[in-house]
Amino acid sequence: MSSFPDSAAGIAAGLAAGEFSSVEVTRALLERIDSLDRTYNSYISVTRASALEQAAAADSAIAAGTAGHMTGVPYAHKDIFCTAGVRTTCGSRMLDNFVAPYDATVSERLNAAGMVMLGKTNMDEFAMGSSNETSYYGPVINPWRENTVPGGSSGGSAAAVAARLAPCATATDTGGSIRQPAALCGVSGLKPTYGRVSRYGMIAFASSLDQGGPMALSAHDLALLLNVIAAPDPRDSTSVVRPEEDFTARLDTPVAGRKFGIPRQFVGPNLDPAIAACLEQARKAFESRGAQFVELDMPRLDLSIPAYYVISSAECSSNLSRYDGVRFGHRCDDPSDLDDLYSRSRGEGFGLETKRRILVGTYALSSGYYDAYYRKAQQIRRLIRDEFQSAFAEVDYLFGPTSPTTAFSLGQKAQDPVSMYLSDIYTTAVNLAGLPAASIPAGFVDGMPVGLQLIGNYFDEAGLLGVAHQFQTATDWHVQVPPGLLTEK
Amino acid sequence: MISNDEVKAIARLARIDIDDEHVANFAHDLTRILDFIAEMDAVDTSAVEPLAHPLEVAARTRPDEVRERDERAAFQAGAPQTEAGLYLVPKVID
Repeated sequence: MSSFPDSAAGIAAGLAAGEFSSVEVTRALLERIDSLDRTYNSYISVTRASALEQAAAADSAIAAGTAGHMTGVPYAHKDIFCTAGVRTTCGSRMLDNFVAPYDATVSERLNAAGMVMLGKTNMDEFAMGSSNETSYYGPVINPWRENTVPGGSSGGSAAAVAARLAPCATATDTGGSIRQPAALCGVSGLKPTYGRVSRYGMIAFASSLDQGGPMALSAHDLALLLNVIAAPDPRDSTSVVRPEEDFTARLDTPVAGRKFGIPRQFVGPNLDPAIAACLEQARKAFESRGAQFVELDMPRLDLSIPAYYVISSAECSSNLSRYDGVRFGHRCDDPSDLDDLYSRSRGEGFGLETKRRILVGTYALSSGYYDAYYRKAQQIRRLIRDEFQSAFAEVDYLFGPTSPTTAFSLGQKAQDPVSMYLSDIYTTAVNLAGLPAASIPAGFVDGMPVGLQLIGNYFDEAGLLGVAHQFQTATDWHVQVPPGLLTEK
Repeated sequence: MISNDEVKAIARLARIDIDDEHVANFAHDLTRILDFIAEMDAVDTSAVEPLAHPLEVAARTRPDEVRERDERAAFQAGAPQTEAGLYLVPKVID
């Protein structure tokens, strides 16, 4: 462990007080990455030289009094966000050689805030996966136990934060890709309302579901990072125009009088009973502070996984048609004609899971099947959205598990796509409805972290983070450290 | 049930080359995934309007004015093969 604070808030405070410099913190984290990330494989690229340059610039800004709140705080950037001049692979062989000619809006905002990018994190290929095993760059290892997965698709970001190889990280969530790895790695993650964080320059998987967000060690740190990355963006036509908001504003609001709903469908037979027991304990912590709980019936939630896989696969087949071997990315050797160039470049450049999803999506959108699959899934999407709206007429927040199990073993679900898809049984409905949701640590089962999922109404990120922060002032699950890190030399 | 021939036809539509030895595996996986997706049929949705955007807002429009600079050279710097500002592909017309 380094001698600097683990949290982004702690580093920001120390920098502001002149206790240490950004160059010192950055160098210490780069050294940790050098010595430990061979084990975890959480970074695809480490940007040592530019990190130290950014840190030096941050120190100058702090000295000159021109620094912002997060200036000089290091972070890890999911390798799905385009970064001008730094390779952006999206975990795929297809983009192994891709250097974006421009910055994503999120990258631009992190740079403008003076934050320090340590590197680009590993991820499931094109964000398609729940275990980080589909990455072209090899699986990420969960810092809590060797041979277990970190979850996915933002497994690299979650593992980097859990292993204290970055105080915070960017991530993206199409069907649970922020929340599920946060849960499995014992860190905090927030998927904002659809449209909060710009998708410009964030490599597209399923455009009506994709949403970027923060990962960190606490709800407080999530709020600080969300303050940097969330903003309306004229370059993303689905970005939502709202007045600027301080997401730390409600961290200290007590939970007394808040009403929580527990959907029966979230605590059914699929849920590991030991996880249910952790949730029960979390519920008591909220109740002892004056929060109220009711049970809700939300039967359409059971259809969220099939509807999600139709919509996300259909949108992926369309989005990934841009990889043609002509303009950028992988091109096969010696194509015999244009068709051969397309088919072989794509056949070689995409991994197995990406191909599966493109094929499912192509089938679902093909002539004669559109109504039975895509249209049907969009109709179910409305039913699910309506069910959430009815729930939020009654309660302030929904409460449940993030994942049906704790982290599973490498290879355990890799052979059966459907069993892998069911890892996201509690998360995909939120993306279909476009709602904000957080996962925060809420205990351990056999030494492995358990995530509590809190879902809020549209644009209530500040309230949601407040509820999460209140839980974290009453519990210490989020400050637990993987045992392997305590014994490191 | 997705047959091997159907897999080949879908792969052809998606322009993805699949080795013959993998076709049967894809047929098996796609069949399993589509069976699972068929759970949607349990609900009658005949009276439900499809929902394409979670917030049901239309994409914003902006005045039709040129905002982009000419960045052809930067964009083509990462292309597999270019010449005189053009992307090169195998000959299409003999």
